[in-house]
Amino acid sequence: MNAYRIVGTPQPQIDARDKVTGRARYTDDIRLPNCLHAAILRSPHASARIRAIDTARAIALPGVRAVLTGADFERTFGVLPISKDEPALARERVRYVGEPVAAVAAETAALAAAALALIAVDYLPTTPVLDVRQALRPTDDPLHPELSHDNNLHKQVEQCFGDPEAGFAQASVVFEKRFSFPSVTHAFTEPHAVQVEIDGRGNLTVYSATQVPHYVHLALAQVLDIDEHRVRVIKPHLGGGFGGKSDPFPHEMIAARLALVTGRNVRLRFSREDVFFSHHGRHPTQLTMKLGFHPGRGITALTGDFLIDGGAYGSFGVVTTYYNGVLLQGPYPVPNFAFRCRRMYTNKPMCGAMRGHGGVNPRFASEVLMDMALVQSGLDPCQARIDLIHRENTLTINEFRITSVGLKRGLEEAMRRSDWRDKYGKLPYGKGIGVACGFFISGSALPIHRNRRPASTVRLTLEFDGAVTVYSGAADIGQGSDTVLAMMAAEVLGVDLGQVKVVAADTRLTPVDLGSYSSRVTFMAGNAARNAAIRMRRLLVAAACRLLELPAPEYRAPAPPEDRFRQGGRSPDFDADFLGANPDYDDGFEFADGRIRHLGSGRETGFLAAVHAAIEGPGVLQTVGNYRPPKLGGSFKGAGAGLSPAYSFTAFIVEVSVDPDTGFVKVDKATCAHDCGFALNPLAVRGQIEGCFHMGMGQALMEEVLHDNGAVQNAGFLEYKIPSPFEQPEIDLVPSTSDESEGPFGAKEAGEGPLAPVIPAIANAIFDAVGVRLFELPLRPDRVLAAMRKATAR
Amino acid sequence: MNSGIDGAQPDAGAVRLLSLAVNGQRQQRAVAPDITLLDFLREQLGLTGSKRGCDLGECGCCAVLVDGRPMLSCLLPAADLEHSAITTIEGIAAGTALHPLQQAMIDEGAVQCGYCTPAMVINGVHLFASEPRPDAEAIRTCISATSCRCTGYNRIVQAFERTAERFAEEQP
Repeated sequence: MNAYRIVGTPQPQIDARDKVTGRARYTDDIRLPNCLHAAILRSPHASARIRAIDTARAIALPGVRAVLTGADFERTFGVLPISKDEPALARERVRYVGEPVAAVAAETAALAAAALALIAVDYLPTTPVLDVRQALRPTDDPLHPELSHDNNLHKQVEQCFGDPEAGFAQASVVFEKRFSFPSVTHAFTEPHAVQVEIDGRGNLTVYSATQVPHYVHLALAQVLDIDEHRVRVIKPHLGGGFGGKSDPFPHEMIAARLALVTGRNVRLRFSREDVFFSHHGRHPTQLTMKLGFHPGRGITALTGDFLIDGGAYGSFGVVTTYYNGVLLQGPYPVPNFAFRCRRMYTNKPMCGAMRGHGGVNPRFASEVLMDMALVQSGLDPCQARIDLIHRENTLTINEFRITSVGLKRGLEEAMRRSDWRDKYGKLPYGKGIGVACGFFISGSALPIHRNRRPASTVRLTLEFDGAVTVYSGAADIGQGSDTVLAMMAAEVLGVDLGQVKVVAADTRLTPVDLGSYSSRVTFMAGNAARNAAIRMRRLLVAAACRLLELPAPEYRAPAPPEDRFRQGGRSPDFDADFLGANPDYDDGFEFADGRIRHLGSGRETGFLAAVHAAIEGPGVLQTVGNYRPPKLGGSFKGAGAGLSPAYSFTAFIVEVSVDPDTGFVKVDKATCAHDCGFALNPLAVRGQIEGCFHMGMGQALMEEVLHDNGAVQNAGFLEYKIPSPFEQPEIDLVPSTSDESEGPFGAKEAGEGPLAPVIPAIANAIFDAVGVRLFELPLRPDRVLAAMRKATAR
Repeated sequence: MNSGIDGAQPDAGAVRLLSLAVNGQRQQRAVAPDITLLDFLREQLGLTGSKRGCDLGECGCCAVLVDGRPMLSCLLPAADLEHSAITTIEGIAAGTALHPLQQAMIDEGAVQCGYCTPAMVINGVHLFASEPRPDAEAIRTCISATSCRCTGYNRIVQAFERTAERFAEEQP
């Protein structure tokens, strides 16, 4: 039962009213005075040398204030320090259709567009590299010669744990299949946009539709070669990200440079076509996976060989290359495990992070193979999965520390609620039910930039008027992170949610937070907010004790961990005022209804009276909370990839109808068990799971970015079809909670993990319906029909 | 690349004077012949509640009511709307009183990033004005006019159903 007033109860987003009335302000809604309009000229070629760019006619056009080319940017950039390979504007060569080549700032958008037409670029087209097989071939002209590879390899990762060959020898069933995954993209609704405000001292305020204000801040200073303190990045309301806004982007560098060059404010926004050119979506993947299974032993071995298509630049690709392999270490034990993943450069828009980053395509493969193995072994695919799921407090073979696991009970309940036993294998031809499981990180335990700063810091103030303000660098991208931070502060301080204000994602006002990716915000910024609020509570308790003439309570210092497993097997960092992981704040007082009451004596004072008493000395009440992940992981190369302080677990049971005449698949119903620890905001958790289902079903059944000679062919929402309300099924959410001792109030992630199992659950349901397995996405009607005809012909 | 004329001073030779009502207020503005209603609202009137998602009539985020009917403002030349009455998302609530659908969208968790929300509300307001008790099919048809990538639509459908129930209770 929920012992809390606010956390654990369904709460609408604190800015929902602004959103339903049109008051919410997104980046392109800002109106800066005397603003120039910027436009970007993009490459029409997938691969070409730039012999010359003539900007004379453009700059001569009245009203044009500046024209930039690659010569105006010395430094390349990238979200990962190990692959800063992307120029703000192409230099010497272009590597994909749509790559920014030149940019203009003019008094009006129409003038800027007219000026683009006056820029003459002399291209010498060269032969593009369009797929990963071609990229593997030796060449003396790779996309990125600086890597000194004789082909277009970007990153290769190989890891091996245990003895896969011995593991396969122990198996009673071995399946090996080739899988193929196309390009899919985020399809968020708000196109990228940026506006730059410049002041008289040359300071830049950059409003950007970004998930990572801090990384944008760092990249701007580096690329523009200005002091970091001259840059301030603000994320206004943001219209969806899903990983597609989690890199610093060329257009941010371009707009800022234009502001510096002209001394004027600058506005720039993308068309929908620009968004498809920019992409950063899920990597197209070719993979061969082999799974060995034994009914008594579980998975005996798992191996994978991945070729992933990175497109023209690095983005998060090095991480993706690891994640494709290492995120197979759950939700079941894999004692013998090896993979090789190669990320190739091709002349297409770059791929990067997309919801479920790196773990989605391999999850499809492993859960389909798992299903085949369980069916072949005569086991119930649902019950067998329940039996195999990781136990709590497990160390995986690659040294991931698995702590809380609530999925066993959850999947049992989902099995009951979906009437699995009455349906599996018993539905009429054309109807089927399938299951798949997955797991995901709650934030990465290691930062992208190696430093000793906390992963998340929150500053909290309490003013004379009782207003609690949470200052957090975390970026609310529509998932409701501002709301959940406010909820935690309100809970600890016993105030109404409305009394908590949130100032977020402003790199001048808010402490550093690494951003909204890898499902880190609720866990990490959440812990920081909770700790800041606990410290504030202590200030108020001290003041209340003075007012009530009570002795101040003694706070227990965090005990040295008895359970070294929970500390990653090492001693924790005990700073002088380290509160411990998810610290208890039971101090003998009750904060509620504007009162602070001492439970022992029943004496009480007003909340505001305590605030006024506490504020007398310092003049302002301010506290700070941090989160640092525990030290985790092994010492082998690449041991940091996929390390997280906690992992979420998900299972989906999906029911489908397959039309035997057309192969058209309709999802009729889904039942989900998602272990997000303690659901801080059940309304938001439900929203994340339903949103994950939508995106997963889209990838399963219909979504595919098509290219012709490297050019995106379906750069719009009519041709890149995502599921409509008619395709989305009812989703029954069953309780599947656990108590994660390091998560804030016991919480883990909910925003990404639920996506991956959706796709194999649909595929496994198709098998139950019509008896065919498909290994290539999307599961289009023509492919399903062809497989059914092939099966019938056999 | 970018279409529309953001914040542009209209070309003096081509402007015409446009009279229309926006959210009940009469407006008289000079507009260029190629300016869309969306640009007119966002750039000339500063009403940024109507969202730009594609400029091609595909995402539906720019929907407004034109003489009571939902239209995609990114596809309409403003100059064609002489004497029309436009209602944008800013004009839906009556003062501080939200339309029941707006309140239901909040309460049911139908709002995530919020970028599609104005258009969802605009279309819904029209639906409930013309059919206070829409069936499930009509609700989904109405919602499918706008692309939403966050919610999976379930909570939005729920908000519409709650609104329909509320109208049914009020006028049994």
